[in-house]
Amino acid sequence: MNEFLLIFRRDFMNKEAQPSPDELQESLKLWQNWFGGIAAQDKLARPLQRWDGKGKVVTPNKVVTNGPYVEIKESIGGLAIIKAADYEEACEIAKGCPILLLGGNVEVRMASPIE
Amino acid sequence: MTGNQLIPNLFRTEYQKIVSVLCYLFGIEHIEIAEDIVSDTFLAATESWSLHGIPDNPTGWLYTVAKNKTKNYLKRNSLFEQKLSAELKYNASLETGSEIEIDLSPKNITDSQLGMIFTVCNPVISAESQIALALNLLCGFGIQEIADAFLTNKEVVYKRINRAKEKLKEAKIKIETPGLAEINTRLEMVLTTIYLLFSEGYYSTSKNITLRKDLCAEAMRLTYLLIENTNTNTPAVNALMALMCFHTSRFDARMNEEGEAILYQDQDTALWNQELIAKGRYFLHQASSLEVLTKYHLEAGIAYWHTFKEDSPEKWEGILQLYNNLLILQYSPIAALNRTFALSKVKGKQTAIIEAEKLGLTNNHFYYSLLGNLYTDIDNKQALQHFEKALELAASESDKAMIAKNIARLSTH
Repeated sequence: MNEFLLIFRRDFMNKEAQPSPDELQESLKLWQNWFGGIAAQDKLARPLQRWDGKGKVVTPNKVVTNGPYVEIKESIGGLAIIKAADYEEACEIAKGCPILLLGGNVEVRMASPIE
Repeated sequence: MTGNQLIPNLFRTEYQKIVSVLCYLFGIEHIEIAEDIVSDTFLAATESWSLHGIPDNPTGWLYTVAKNKTKNYLKRNSLFEQKLSAELKYNASLETGSEIEIDLSPKNITDSQLGMIFTVCNPVISAESQIALALNLLCGFGIQEIADAFLTNKEVVYKRINRAKEKLKEAKIKIETPGLAEINTRLEMVLTTIYLLFSEGYYSTSKNITLRKDLCAEAMRLTYLLIENTNTNTPAVNALMALMCFHTSRFDARMNEEGEAILYQDQDTALWNQELIAKGRYFLHQASSLEVLTKYHLEAGIAYWHTFKEDSPEKWEGILQLYNNLLILQYSPIAALNRTFALSKVKGKQTAIIEAEKLGLTNNHFYYSLLGNLYTDIDNKQALQHFEKALELAASESDKAMIAKNIARLSTH
């Protein structure tokens, strides 16, 4: 079993791209069911953590800026670390992620073994 | 009440109180001395009461005799008294030479018991031993009763308890309620032990229903001791109490007279104890907090939904979300199986089958029972195969009987 980092990204800034309150409510249930399903297989590798939506960015000249992130449209909505045999299984799990329904994406990264 | 019933009843309620107070005074190293003095007291009661009749205030009589026996013991063992006087931290005003006060006031009994709870629930001894010791020292259960509850023999329990006492002595565990700073970490262990004690009564395969009820009642009494103390009256403790109230409200409905299990859907709701349900709601309300959400909160929430017999979309959606959160907090196979059952109620059997087959709990008979259940009316041939596999894996007679019923129901269709 390997550990995989799943990073959930979508466009949180563009007003037209935002879900309605009802859609958000529905999305919350989908998230809980999705995480519940992963946890039911004992495949959550770490406790889940909520992340603040605003965030800061530190640029090469050490200037700290607030979001929105002008260079890229998407920002990180959250992340989770799960257990899976390989990339194939991890991606199969990621295909159930509710962020996909809101036009977002999931980046999947396998933890490197300690050398 | 005749003396024949009175003494065993008093033994159950008072033995552990006096032992706690004496241990609190002497320290856990001298637990045998405390136990000897209290046993002597009860022996004296048996002799005296059969000759002279039962005194007006039997409990008061026991306390007075226990106090005198303790004082006599200390006089006879002046070395022990000197050592004790030097170590006594509880009684700062105690001057050398003055008599040691044996305080059997309600307040000191409660403090002593609370201190003993934290001493017994110490990670230096195994969870199994903690439960046995808790039953013995905190609940006044005899070795035979504990053996019956664990479905084992007296020697095993006797050894287990003695080994646990030795370990507490070796580790020189102080009998005290921890300070506010460490209460949360220590309390977690205490709650785990109390919950195991409760489960031993609630889910035990023992056919002795009275004993099982006593175990549940004792777990609730210990939890109530924690609630009564301001420092230990935390949201988690209240949530655990709520959970136990909701569960025990169904105690009389979930078994027939032969001690056989009656499934939830077949239970007579008239036998559900409404008073306990109301108490459960009260404690769940007390447990609500913006900062803390423990597994006891989630389990109490699930138990709360089960106090409504009727199925409704809100009920199963509520249960599903609580199980989701419970699993995210802490994985357990039984929560995974129950979550999948709740999912079938919300999203239908087809969806639940896909999720169930991902669980892979292939050595668990409940897993195959769940699959059998989900496949029933969808693919009865598959359902039958799963139930047969469950029957193969099940160990207890009551589980086997339950699965056999399901198989019989399918075969007649």
